[in-house]
Amino acid sequence: MDATQAVILTIITASTPLLLAAIGELVTERSGVLNLGVEGMMVMGAVCGFAAAYTTGNPYIGILAGVLGGVALAFFFAILTQTLATNQVATGLALTLLGLGLSGLIGESFVGLPGVKLQQLSIPFFSTIPFIGPILFGQDILVYTSVALIFGTTYVLFKTRIGLIIRSVGDNHNSAHALGYNVIAVRYACIMFGGACSGLAGAYLSLAYTPQWIENMTAGRGWVALALVVFSTWLPKRLAIGAYLFGAVWIMGLYVQALGFGIPSQFLSSLPYVVTIIALVIISGNKTLTRVNTPACIGQTFVPDR
Amino acid sequence: MKLVLEKRSEHSEFMTLMSPLLAIALTVFTGAIIFAVQGLNPFEALYVYFIEPLTSMWSLEEVFVKAAPLILIGAGLSVCYMANVWNIGAEGQLTMGAIVGSIVPIVFTSWQSPLTLVAMITLGALGGALYAAIPAFLKNRFNANEILTSLMLVYIAQLFLDWVVRGPWKDPKGFNFPQSIAFEGWQLFPTLGDGRVHIGIILAVIVVVILTVLMSRTLKGFEILVIGNSPRAGRFAGFSRKKIVWFCLLLSGGLAGIAGIGEVAGPSGQLQPTVSPGYGFTAIIVAFLGRLNPIGVLFAGIMLAITYIGGEAAQIDLGVSDKTAQVFQGILLFFILACDTLILYRIKMLTSTKQQSVAAE
Repeated sequence: MDATQAVILTIITASTPLLLAAIGELVTERSGVLNLGVEGMMVMGAVCGFAAAYTTGNPYIGILAGVLGGVALAFFFAILTQTLATNQVATGLALTLLGLGLSGLIGESFVGLPGVKLQQLSIPFFSTIPFIGPILFGQDILVYTSVALIFGTTYVLFKTRIGLIIRSVGDNHNSAHALGYNVIAVRYACIMFGGACSGLAGAYLSLAYTPQWIENMTAGRGWVALALVVFSTWLPKRLAIGAYLFGAVWIMGLYVQALGFGIPSQFLSSLPYVVTIIALVIISGNKTLTRVNTPACIGQTFVPDR
Repeated sequence: MKLVLEKRSEHSEFMTLMSPLLAIALTVFTGAIIFAVQGLNPFEALYVYFIEPLTSMWSLEEVFVKAAPLILIGAGLSVCYMANVWNIGAEGQLTMGAIVGSIVPIVFTSWQSPLTLVAMITLGALGGALYAAIPAFLKNRFNANEILTSLMLVYIAQLFLDWVVRGPWKDPKGFNFPQSIAFEGWQLFPTLGDGRVHIGIILAVIVVVILTVLMSRTLKGFEILVIGNSPRAGRFAGFSRKKIVWFCLLLSGGLAGIAGIGEVAGPSGQLQPTVSPGYGFTAIIVAFLGRLNPIGVLFAGIMLAITYIGGEAAQIDLGVSDKTAQVFQGILLFFILACDTLILYRIKMLTSTKQQSVAAE
């Protein structure tokens, strides 16, 4: 394994949680719902995933538990914002605060314990191809899932009837309602999908990225994922490019630190956050890029008239 | 059976007052269940949590020490949220206020004057306000979402503080601990009497009074309400949304900065790697529990300060995890938001027969 290959492999590892969380949020936002609770759902996914994997010794049960953790929190968000028509921004913040607190409480007895690492699923023959083999065919199941999700969501959102309904609900909920679509039900489903993806992202962190439980181990990745969705202008393929770029930035800090140019480590650690702000500024300033794809009803509550 | 919302013709004054109380009641009830699940006597645990902090002088003082920053920040945030400006980076603005305000005691160590504290508070406010100016500028100039930019700046500020106390401002005689030199007596916030309560709480009350007047008696306050409730109406009235964004972020950032310098020049007495136990985020809950109203924020700040102290007491007396307080705070915000629905809507239960009749209409 040469150095370039090692770098690429670590970039994929750093990018996958961002990609998983962001793809779920992209679908949620396409249905017109802004869920700012990604960080909270992600950290719940991380703690549930770790706890279940540690208890059973099976990382796949951990993944399942992580998904359930994310979905459970997303369900609360859906009840509040859809059934009770609460403000989505405030409810999302509440979700993050609750998720960070609850995960700390659940994870307290798991701090410092050795985790169960999710093993690579090498595809026979293909993974032995020099250089690209381990990169493309020697990953764990969540990396494959993240790639499948990009193509899957692109297909479903833009080539199927379901996707058309989701986008119409997100672009004009009154028209969608008038056409007879159940706006609230569609949004419930999209919020839960977002929760499941954030749960996967969290489980990836505590099972594959660093197989252990550390409080607040998401370290703002949920928020970066939210920024990524804006950066992608709500297109899954651009989202993938963005996630790998951000993953590269996240890793770059570590490498520069290891080389030791005398730059304080804190400055390098703040690099991903600085880059996120810069990326947001570049994309948001470009009105043609953002206006075309921004779901028109994003963040607005919908209460059907009767 | 199905729950259905029915819009009230006008918003309910009664529920405006009742909803936070209802939310607190529901939170206490949920808390009892959480304690019972952990095998504790729920009544004893709730007593330790919510009542005991109010029974001794010592803990009552602590409540006010913790309420001061929460009220300062929460009051600023309530103005922000009223205008639909979502500053959620108060924790970062607090951190920057603490750093910039500390320039006086750390760089000009020997400057002793009645103006020392004034300069510290001013610089603290300036640090917080300038840090909040970043999301304001990016929002107005580039249309960048202030929620995400202000939140990213929290991480950057915390890392910057970490560098400052481990690098340039590390106490040379501090046995290599990551902390600045200890502030001298004249660089500390004066306490009220002999206890730990410092002038921060007085500053908080003054701020509440000023903001109450601002919001209810001035044109600026009216502009904020109009822009927040109906941006279109605001545009027709000729109010500038951009100016409101600037105003709200500078105000809330400045107040968070004052809270920050209040922490270092108050309870801790020196700059350390962490300035606050998440006051900037808890203040979001304070703002909502206080109905986005400065006077409401005053009570809400005290209420959430009690959960901090109660959390510490429960940890010592009952061995409950210190994370419980954070969970309570999160649940409380959930219930507040849910109960606020009752202000604008009535909740109706539709049984299956009624459902059919509705469908038939």
